[in-house]
Amino acid sequence: MGKVLVVTSGKGGVGKTTSTAALGAALARGGENVVVIDFDVGLRNLDLVMGAERRVVFDLINVVQGDAKLAQALIRDKRIDTLSLLPASQTRDKDALTLEGIDKVIAECREKFDWVICDSPAGIERGALLAMRNADVAVVVTNPKVSSVRDSDRIIGMLDAKTLRAERGEKVEKHLLVTRYDASRAARNEMLKVEDVLEILSIPLIGIIPESEEVLKASNIGSPVTINNPTSAAARAYFNAARRLKGDQVDVVVPMQRPGFIGRLFGRRVA
Amino acid sequence: MNLLELFRKKSTAPVARDRLQVLLAHERSVIGKSDLLATLQEEILAVIAKHVTVDRDAVQIKMDRGASFSTLEIDVEVPLDAAKIPRPAAEKEIRASA
Repeated sequence: MGKVLVVTSGKGGVGKTTSTAALGAALARGGENVVVIDFDVGLRNLDLVMGAERRVVFDLINVVQGDAKLAQALIRDKRIDTLSLLPASQTRDKDALTLEGIDKVIAECREKFDWVICDSPAGIERGALLAMRNADVAVVVTNPKVSSVRDSDRIIGMLDAKTLRAERGEKVEKHLLVTRYDASRAARNEMLKVEDVLEILSIPLIGIIPESEEVLKASNIGSPVTINNPTSAAARAYFNAARRLKGDQVDVVVPMQRPGFIGRLFGRRVA
Repeated sequence: MNLLELFRKKSTAPVARDRLQVLLAHERSVIGKSDLLATLQEEILAVIAKHVTVDRDAVQIKMDRGASFSTLEIDVEVPLDAAKIPRPAAEKEIRASA
């Protein structure tokens, strides 16, 4: 029986989809059987970030409504054969997703895969609730910014109240993933410190992903950063986070600023 | 980004632009109209189903949406005994309704 992991945040643009793709690819590279599911009906993007946008035939709603079998809708990654994608529907009404339908699809995925990673839409509406509903584990993606931390707090509350586990009186295992961390700003005290975020949200830290041009490049190309540039700082942070998800004890590395030649000449970055 | 990187690294933005152009061209054409590839796929499967009993699990459909052309690949496993033998009664019905 596989584990169901939801990648969620409340706030948009913090890196849920990027993190879903990167963690999914990291786990799959480690030999795990992984499916990543896009829950953002109408605004799907996981297919694009994974580089599978041209190959979408069926989607989650097709499977929920019985128009396609799960096996027909899954898109196998061309680079890692233990990684599959179930895209969201771009054109259909999101009300077509029923609770029973989602539960059935997730149950089937649990049997086929070691990890079922649900990429949540932003917000706290129906789509976000459906994405977290079956979760055993949650990765709460947060930027070190006040608005993001506040929304994450809200989502943590919902994970404790609105999931099937919560209904059964069980806990969803929650992890904090800090993304877009800018070491130079942190050094200048211009950004919330990770310790502050941890203290406020009080859930364990699974990783700190540095703000990195490698992440942007990877999404331009349509390849998770853990495939596109596995030795980059961002990818290494994702690999370590994936190991922690599997239960390995790995210390969290705080990204440090390593100024290059020109950076040293001018002291610090603009912007 | 520093100057050295400008010379050293291959840029990814053109790749991003091309991918978006292809994707959006297909998505815009779908809004309001039906997706040609999807229509083709449905009708081809319907025609096949008329002649052979198709196991839904034995059908694999692959698409690749390209800039100038797309490919649609329908892979149907047809077992030897799958042919639907037209029953005389059924044939009569079709003629009657035609």
